[in-house]
Amino acid sequence: MKTSTERQKNIIDFALSSLLRRKGKNAGLLFIYTLIVFALASVVFFTHAIKEEASIILKGAPEMTVQKTVAGRHDLIPINYIDRIQKIRGVISVKGRLWGYYYDPIVGANYTLVVPETPDPGIGNIIIGEGISRTRLAFEGDSIEFRTYDGKIIDLKIKKILSPESEIISSDLLMISEADFRRLFGTRENYAVDLTLKVRNPRELSTIARKISEILPDTRVILRDEILRTYDSVFNWRGGILIIILAGALLSFVIFAWDKASGPSLDERREIGILKAIGWETSDIILMKFWEGMAISLTSFCSGIIFAYIHIFFTDAFLFEPVLKGWSVLYPHFKLVPFMDASQISTLFFLSVVPYTVATIIPSWRAATVDPDSVMR
Amino acid sequence: MIELTNIRKVFNMGRPNEFTAISGINLRIDTNRMTVFRGPSGSGKTTLLSLIGCMARPTSGRIYLMEKEITSLPERFLTEIRRRTFGFIFQQFNLIKGITVLENVMLPAYPTGERYSSLKKRAMNLLDIFDISKKARDRVEWLSGGEAQRVTIARALVNNPSVVIADEPTSHLDTKLSRELMGMMRRLKEDSRTVLIASHDPVVYESDAVDRVIRIADGKIEEHG
Repeated sequence: MKTSTERQKNIIDFALSSLLRRKGKNAGLLFIYTLIVFALASVVFFTHAIKEEASIILKGAPEMTVQKTVAGRHDLIPINYIDRIQKIRGVISVKGRLWGYYYDPIVGANYTLVVPETPDPGIGNIIIGEGISRTRLAFEGDSIEFRTYDGKIIDLKIKKILSPESEIISSDLLMISEADFRRLFGTRENYAVDLTLKVRNPRELSTIARKISEILPDTRVILRDEILRTYDSVFNWRGGILIIILAGALLSFVIFAWDKASGPSLDERREIGILKAIGWETSDIILMKFWEGMAISLTSFCSGIIFAYIHIFFTDAFLFEPVLKGWSVLYPHFKLVPFMDASQISTLFFLSVVPYTVATIIPSWRAATVDPDSVMR
Repeated sequence: MIELTNIRKVFNMGRPNEFTAISGINLRIDTNRMTVFRGPSGSGKTTLLSLIGCMARPTSGRIYLMEKEITSLPERFLTEIRRRTFGFIFQQFNLIKGITVLENVMLPAYPTGERYSSLKKRAMNLLDIFDISKKARDRVEWLSGGEAQRVTIARALVNNPSVVIADEPTSHLDTKLSRELMGMMRRLKEDSRTVLIASHDPVVYESDAVDRVIRIADGKIEEHG
């Protein structure tokens, strides 16, 4: 056991010194490898973090939303629909919601306005997301002007700025009182934007949804799970596009790795011949090549992951931002809450270290079978 | 004792460039003696040393080492025998560039699993014996021809082999250094090792340290000394 450990140590020692002897070639390989792991890891971290963030926030969202449609378009829903829905067995509560979008011509951005149950901002006050505060340079105590549906100007005072946590959704959010909302949009008292439901048994969601469609045929029902699936598919799609682009780079890298390993230079072949002539076995050479490969792949893997982590969670994914964020809903720059799990790391490992190892193992074995007497001739 | 019976070695067998390097050699080599294989270039000296040193397998015939037949052993065992029994001094030195003299000397013992510190101590001791320990930390490409040859001898001895095989060891040395080298070979013999040298250099085969000279031509033994 001790002998075996010492053998490994000695061979690792020589493998590392071999890598250092071919600094230029190996530094190039290390750079390209790290770049690929970095790119792949950035995509994986970003899509996972953004989906995770969305799902955490949507946990607090209603299980079911009912919207009225007129000719297929979303319209205001009468409050008296609440009584009809509440009669359905299994429904715990139904509430009307007020929300909408407001275009601010000063910064050229849309805000998402909601009337929250709690905290109530109070008439004349608003609570805003950090993105709005940042773009409007408006802080607590300042007032923001709004133009109402009939062209009048109203001033609303900033009562509070939302914390930067989970800014993915709260960045462009503006909380407003019910009275101010109705004044701004001209929404009548007996109407809401949509209705939200709570049900007793989540397994009955689809049955209740079907019943609502039967009772109120001019409505559509949106389930929370459907929203989550939309988020998933949108970010999977975006991530997928980048992964496909990166797959090209990965393929080139595998070819490069294959070429590097399958065609050892004359010097390398000579060296292997010397090692075999002085008593190294084929398995010793393969072991040395294995450790050389591991040193390169693990170094690149770890550095790629660390750089990607910094890129995504500390520099706001500035390289991939235009491709991955996209939506106007998410428009201002926001910080993702660091999130990483074992499945991501193993996915990245299988996408980077495994192809490299597979690409190099057979050529390494071939190189190791050089005849020992080649150095005598 | 090493014994060869009816050894043949054919390269590129069955191809248009087929070439018989050794044809039907029978030979007994006694232990603790210095034997020189003498002959012109291409006579088969190097091939014969490769076969004896388990670096290549004969096309036919058998080789016995201490009365054990080794020709049919699997590659793993042949490597083990090569490592434990033989030390090689090559014509081109065959040192690995970019690493130090000390590392080059230690290299054959790395796969044996010996502790690095004791291995280092032994390698330093050998460099001391061959008066080159001052250069232990130098890279081998900075050495002169004579120094490089002494490093290859130290490397050949690091696993404490009972047989030392040297292929044209003086081909890159001047007469003075060649004589020095033969002095070292004599010390190896006095140290109870069997020394086998392939050379066509008179400094080698006319040296009084040599016990036996075997003349080889066209892959056959022409004359036993």
